[in-house]
Amino acid sequence: MKRLFAYPYILWMGIFIVVPLLLVVYYSVTATGPDGNTIFTFDHFRRFFAPITPGMDQPLRERIFVSVALRSIRLALQSTGICLLLGYPVAYIMTRKEYSEKSVLLFMLLVPMWMNFLLRTYAWLTILERNGLVNQLLSRMGLPMIDILYTDAAVLLGMVYNFLPFMILPIYTSLKKMDPRLIEAAQDLGAGGVSVFARVVFPLSLPGVISGITMVFMPGAATFIISNLLGGQQYFLLGNLVEMQFLNVGDWHFGSAIAVIMMLLMVASMVILSLFDKGENQGRSTII
Amino acid sequence: MNRIIDLVDVSMTYGKQTVLNHVDLYINQNEFLTLLGPSGCGKTTTLRIIGGFEQPTTGDVLFNGTSILHTPPHKRPLNTIFQRYALFPHLDVAGNVAFGLKIKKKPREVINKKIADMLRLVNLEGYESRSTLSLSGGQQQRVAIARALANEPQVLLLDEPLGALDLQLRKEMQVELKNMQRELGITFVFVTHDQEEALTMSDTIAVMNEGRILQIGKPEDIYNEPKNAFVARFIGESNILEGIMREDFRVSFANAEFACIDKGFAQNEAVDIVVRPEDVRICAQNEGRVKGRVTQVIFKGVHYEMHVEAQGFLWKIHSTVQAPAGEEVGLDIAPDLIHVMKKENGKRNTESGIKGAEGSAS
Ligand SMILES: Nc1ncnc2c1ncn2[C@@H]1O[C@H](COP(=O)(O)OP(=O)(O)O)[C@@H](O)[C@H]1O
Ligand SMILES: [Mg+2]
Repeated sequence: MKRLFAYPYILWMGIFIVVPLLLVVYYSVTATGPDGNTIFTFDHFRRFFAPITPGMDQPLRERIFVSVALRSIRLALQSTGICLLLGYPVAYIMTRKEYSEKSVLLFMLLVPMWMNFLLRTYAWLTILERNGLVNQLLSRMGLPMIDILYTDAAVLLGMVYNFLPFMILPIYTSLKKMDPRLIEAAQDLGAGGVSVFARVVFPLSLPGVISGITMVFMPGAATFIISNLLGGQQYFLLGNLVEMQFLNVGDWHFGSAIAVIMMLLMVASMVILSLFDKGENQGRSTII
Repeated sequence: MNRIIDLVDVSMTYGKQTVLNHVDLYINQNEFLTLLGPSGCGKTTTLRIIGGFEQPTTGDVLFNGTSILHTPPHKRPLNTIFQRYALFPHLDVAGNVAFGLKIKKKPREVINKKIADMLRLVNLEGYESRSTLSLSGGQQQRVAIARALANEPQVLLLDEPLGALDLQLRKEMQVELKNMQRELGITFVFVTHDQEEALTMSDTIAVMNEGRILQIGKPEDIYNEPKNAFVARFIGESNILEGIMREDFRVSFANAEFACIDKGFAQNEAVDIVVRPEDVRICAQNEGRVKGRVTQVIFKGVHYEMHVEAQGFLWKIHSTVQAPAGEEVGLDIAPDLIHVMKKENGKRNTESGIKGAEGSAS
C-alpha cells in the first residue's frame, strides 16, 4: 500500500530531477558533427582544461576556465569558512535559555529569508555603491570612501549574507537536540568551559556543522546571481560561465560540460565531508 | 566519624514553589546514605545542590567543613551517576571511562590501566571499543559507574540509578553496588523512591516529603520507630488509626484502651497510631481488646495476610497462622508495638511533628 503513495513522488523526481540531469550529461558528451549528425565526444571537457589559444604554453591554473573554477572554489571555501566562524557562535547563543524562549534571534534570522533573494542582493548594491550608504557614512565621518562594489570582497559579502542562515540553522538544530545532561556529566567529570566545548559540545554538533558546510559550499560554488550583481558583468564564476554558455553563446554542449564538472566538484566535496561525519547521521538535514 | 558533607539550612525555591524547605543533613565518611521519598519531594534537587548544578536559594553546603557553595561542579571532588546515565554518544566505552582522566591529563599508561581496572570492576571486560549506543540498560549503567569511579571520587552521588532496570537486574545491581561501596570505601549518596531498595542498601535513610527531611536514621530504626504517619505509611505496610492519648502510657483507639510505652503528650491529645501488620495478634474473640471478623485471607508465601473488619476499620494483619474468612476473632497488640505519633496538621507538618527528626543521624 505504502508504495502506491510513493508513485507521484517518484514521478515528480523523474520529471524534475532525473530527466534534466540525464539531458545535461547527454549534452556534455555529444556534439553536432560536420555532416549535421550527433557524435559522441569528450571535446567539451578537453576545451575546459585547454589553453585559450591552442598550443599555447600556459600553466594549468592560469588557463581561463580553470582559473574561473579555482576562483569559484576559493570564494565558496572562503564564504563557508566565514559563515562557520560567524554562524557557530550565533547558533550557540540561540540555544541559550534567554534567547531560545523568546526565539527573537531565530525570528530575526528568518525574516530576511521571506524577502526575494534578488531583491535582498540588489539592496546591497545601493549600500555598497560609490554614493551608497557605506560611503556616505564614511564621508560624513571624514574618512576616505571605499570602492568594494565589483570586487571579490563584495561577492564574498553577498554570499556570506545570503548563505549564513543555512549555516546557522543546522548547527542550531544539532545543538538544540543535544541532551543538556551531557554537559553536566562532562562538568561532573572535571571539564571546565573550554573542555566541555571541545570534548562534548563541538563533537556532538558536528553533524550540524557538516550539513551547514554542505549547504553553504554547494550554492556558493554554483552561484551566478550574486557574482553577477555584486561582482559586475565582467566577473566570472563557474555559475556565470554556465549561464553565459546557455543564454548568450548558445553552446549547450559546452555549458552542459561545465555543469557536469561543477556537479563532480560537489560530489567530491560531499564525499570528503562524509568522511568527517562518522555515519551517525544525527541532526543531519536531508541534503542528499 | 567524620562528616564529609553538610547541608546547612538549605532552601530552594523556583518562583513561588518551595522545593526544599530548610533542609539540614550531614553525611558521614564512608556512609551509604539514601534520600528516600515520593516523586517530586526534592531528592534530585538535593543531589544537584551537592553536585553543584543548582545553587540553593539560601543555606550552605560544606565539604569536609569548608563551604563549596561557590565551587563550580567541575572542581568538586565528587562524581554523579545521572538518572539516565548521560553517557557520551560520540565516545566508545573506553572513551567514556577515560573522560575524566583525560581532562586531568593523566599519562596514557595510567589511563589504560584505569580503564582496564574499572571495566573489570563492573564486569565489562572486552567492551572497550563498543559504542555506548549498542549497550543494554544494565551495561550502560555499569559504564556510568565505571566512568564515575575512574576519577576516584570521595563521594558518589547516584540519582535513581536502578530505576530503568528490570526487577531481576535491579536486585543484582543493588547487591553489587553495596559491595562496591564497601570495598572501595567511598561515601554514597543514593536517591530512590523505592522503600525496599532503601532498606536493603543503606546505612542511613533520610525520608523526605514536600521538601523536608521527615526522619533520618538507620533502616531498622526508621522501620521500627517511624516518627510520623507519613514515614510509617511510606516505609513498609501499616495500620494507621486515629487515637487519643488518655495519659502517659495509656492510649485509646479503635474503641478500646491500650497500654503503651509513650509519654509526654497532653491529656486527651489527638494522636496517630501506627501498628505494623505483623504486630497485631489474633486471638479468641473474648480474649482480644478489639473484636472483629475476618473478611479475607491471602496466602503470601511466608505468611498469611488477613483483613479483619472491626468497627468500621479494616485491619491488615500478617501471621503465619491463618484464621479462616468469616471467623469472629479478637485482636490484641503488645504495648511496645504500638507507635504513637503527633498528629500531622493538615497537609504541612507543624513544627513539633518535624523538628526532632532533623540531624539525628548517628
Ligand atoms: N528547574 C526547575 N524549575 C522549576 N521547578 C523545578 C525545577 N526542577 C525541579 N523542580 C520542581 O521541584 C520539585 C522537586 O523536584 P525533584 O527534586 O526533581 O524531585 P524528585 O527527584 O524527588 O522527584 C518538583 O515539584 C519539580 O517540579
Ligand atoms: Mg528525581
